[in-house]
Amino acid sequence: MPEATQKVSDAVQDKFQPKIVAFFCNWCTYIAADLAGTSRMKYAPNVRVIRVMCSGRVDPQFVLDAFAKGADGVFIGGCHPGDCHYQEGNYKTLRRVRLLKRLLKEMGIEEERFRLEWISASEADRVRTAVNDMVEKVGALGPLRLGTPEEVFAEEVTVS
Amino acid sequence: MNDNGKKGVRVGVYVCHCGTNIAGTVDVKSLTEYAATLPGVVVSRDYKYMCSDPGQELIQEDIREYQLNRVVVASCSPLLHEQTFRGAVAKGGINPFFCQMVNIREHDSWVHEDHKAATEKARDLTRAAVRRVAFHKPLEKRRVPIRPEVLVVGGGIAGIHAALTLANAGKHVYLVEREPTIGGHMAKFDKTFPTLDCAACILTPKMTAVKRHPNITLWTYSEVTQVAGYVGNFKVTVKRKPRYIYEDLCVGCLECIEACVYKQAKYPDEFNLGLGKRKPVYIPFPQAVPLVPVIDPETCIEFKSGKCKKTCVEVCGERNAIDFHQPESTQTLEVGTIILGTGFQVFDARRIPYYGYGVYPGVYTALEVERLVNAAGPTGGEIVLRDGRKPKAIGIIHCVGSRDENTNRWCSRVCCMYSLKLAHLIKEKTNAEVYNFYIDIRAPGKAFEEFYNRVAEEGTNFIRGKVADIFPDPDGSGRLILQAENTLLSMVQKIPVDMVVLSVGLEAQADAQEVRRLFNITCSTEGFFLERHPKLAPVNTFTDGIFLAGCCQGPKDIPDTVAQAGAAAAEALALIDTQFMELEPNTAYVLEEACSGCKTCVPLCPYNAISFLVEKKKAEINEVLCKGCGVCVAACPSGSVRQNLFEDEEIFEEIKGVLAYA
Repeated sequence: MPEATQKVSDAVQDKFQPKIVAFFCNWCTYIAADLAGTSRMKYAPNVRVIRVMCSGRVDPQFVLDAFAKGADGVFIGGCHPGDCHYQEGNYKTLRRVRLLKRLLKEMGIEEERFRLEWISASEADRVRTAVNDMVEKVGALGPLRLGTPEEVFAEEVTVS
Repeated sequence: MNDNGKKGVRVGVYVCHCGTNIAGTVDVKSLTEYAATLPGVVVSRDYKYMCSDPGQELIQEDIREYQLNRVVVASCSPLLHEQTFRGAVAKGGINPFFCQMVNIREHDSWVHEDHKAATEKARDLTRAAVRRVAFHKPLEKRRVPIRPEVLVVGGGIAGIHAALTLANAGKHVYLVEREPTIGGHMAKFDKTFPTLDCAACILTPKMTAVKRHPNITLWTYSEVTQVAGYVGNFKVTVKRKPRYIYEDLCVGCLECIEACVYKQAKYPDEFNLGLGKRKPVYIPFPQAVPLVPVIDPETCIEFKSGKCKKTCVEVCGERNAIDFHQPESTQTLEVGTIILGTGFQVFDARRIPYYGYGVYPGVYTALEVERLVNAAGPTGGEIVLRDGRKPKAIGIIHCVGSRDENTNRWCSRVCCMYSLKLAHLIKEKTNAEVYNFYIDIRAPGKAFEEFYNRVAEEGTNFIRGKVADIFPDPDGSGRLILQAENTLLSMVQKIPVDMVVLSVGLEAQADAQEVRRLFNITCSTEGFFLERHPKLAPVNTFTDGIFLAGCCQGPKDIPDTVAQAGAAAAEALALIDTQFMELEPNTAYVLEEACSGCKTCVPLCPYNAISFLVEKKKAEINEVLCKGCGVCVAACPSGSVRQNLFEDEEIFEEIKGVLAYA
């Protein structure tokens, strides 16, 4: 499709456009994103939302997999502490995110690429500002370069 | 190639234009063409309105003609139309859960301006859905039985009307009110706009009907402290505060009030907003329901010193209704549905210091003036100032704490009309000069505009301008000067008045956030309870089985409140009479052969739905208790806990899809 290639080259020429995978919980952040829509707020088009019932459903594997499959950033949105539709799922999210952040750091993935936000159903504006902020920060970092297994192996061998 | 890694998957993709809502930003034609190239896709179409009957029929025909076994609809939010399209898919003859929606409206066309980028996003999201839907399994909705009992929280006109509607339909209602009487704000009003019928005359018969109704259990002076369970089967804990007078023993003779050692009422009376006085033993107002006095332990001598003559107990005699040691009690209820009618609070006028409320005695809030105008109020319906003077000129200031960046941004909807009503009543009673300072007159209801004209013709002065300052007249007369720019005359006016009425706006109850958490519902940015959909589900909440009525959802007048209360009651009735509710089948389950019995999942479940089978050394999930959050699924180290509708592979496919990962 020539049109598609045209688009990509435009994007590359203009500015790096990060791809961000988002996991939004069904009860707070997904609704907030819907509200941003009904309120016709405008924000950066780089985020792709995957709906889960609770941010606590976000398996750390999902995050790692998203990075491995080409995401430049991962965004998790859940209900505010104390407001979880399932009482305490977001606390589980928080615990996992903290652990995951350490792991990602070890892997050389910059902190700005992984974000957890508490956004309630009424905070459409927060969806806008958080997404824009993340797109800007990840955009400034440039694409995520995870080495292929061969490269990683080669690097490990040469370093020692 | 065309089987998406899953043999035999035949996907139909349907791209909705939503008029120009989607098509105006997303290139729907190219999206449709692109979708046709995706693996597994047999047919791809676009249509003006997919949710319309012809749109849905299109899907059904294709399912039959192309033997589709999966359907992807790229349109609006699944929270809006997932049920619609699942229904269409089911009508087409396949399991409704073989359907996946792509949100290209709320999450795409409405929030992006760049057509190229929006189209690209729509492609990514559609690709993800096509990949995901291949892994969908046929599922069935769960059915939970609905208990017929209903809890109504709040005994204002909303709660009263909802309770009576349900009770008249033969359902048992528990009406819980935190104040000692039901009636709410409406009981404080004198007349109601625009018909000027007396609030008490239309409200009190309904209040007594509540008390008399065999199907209503009325608990006043009580608060809900805990809510457990789910739609159909809520377990609610209610704290019943002691009145120190037993409701079942008291006959409502009110002799105890008469006999109280305080011969004169001494303490500020809450019902009259402190404009009147009450004794330590009191009823809020003469038509209170239930007509049972309350003893205020803060002011009662017996509570403070233990040395009162207890003339009240003496006069109560063998009825023995008074007990200074009555304990607080806790009751538990089992109900199937809940209606919240917890109302509003009025804006605290002290937040606008330049209006001098609480500083100048001549400044009143509109609710206080309601009590002054009311024949049953502290002045017997006479409009007199705190110093006993009769006002000759009165200024009514609209939009106090409404439509204001510094306080509340929203229009409180009722203030214009009640200000007009007060202008009329004040003029009628005192023949004073009345000045209404307004920004805009909002009179959009039935017979509202006519009422506005009537009040204007009666000689009330209307000044279009916001009062910027209130200060005492330097001549020492005790009058207050209202300074405002009359925007129609383009001049600053200073008008001396004896009395200022602040038309305070409506806002969410101070404890709305706690109440929201208690019932597991959400609030809008303004703090009012959030309805499920502003237009199509205005009394539903995001929690099944919990409905909203009245001003807890947003400012509204009495007719709207009553209409909403009726709607909430009807929603509850519909659930009760269906006897069951269908729930999303998004529950978690355990693959027994893969479970290692590590018990990681067991303590994670907030609903105790996971148990450990000791003999088998396996976890087991009780489907009835599971609410489908998926926390245990994410935690299971062996991947043996799974979740319907949100299976790992479904989400992994979505990740690959949005990232265009081959």
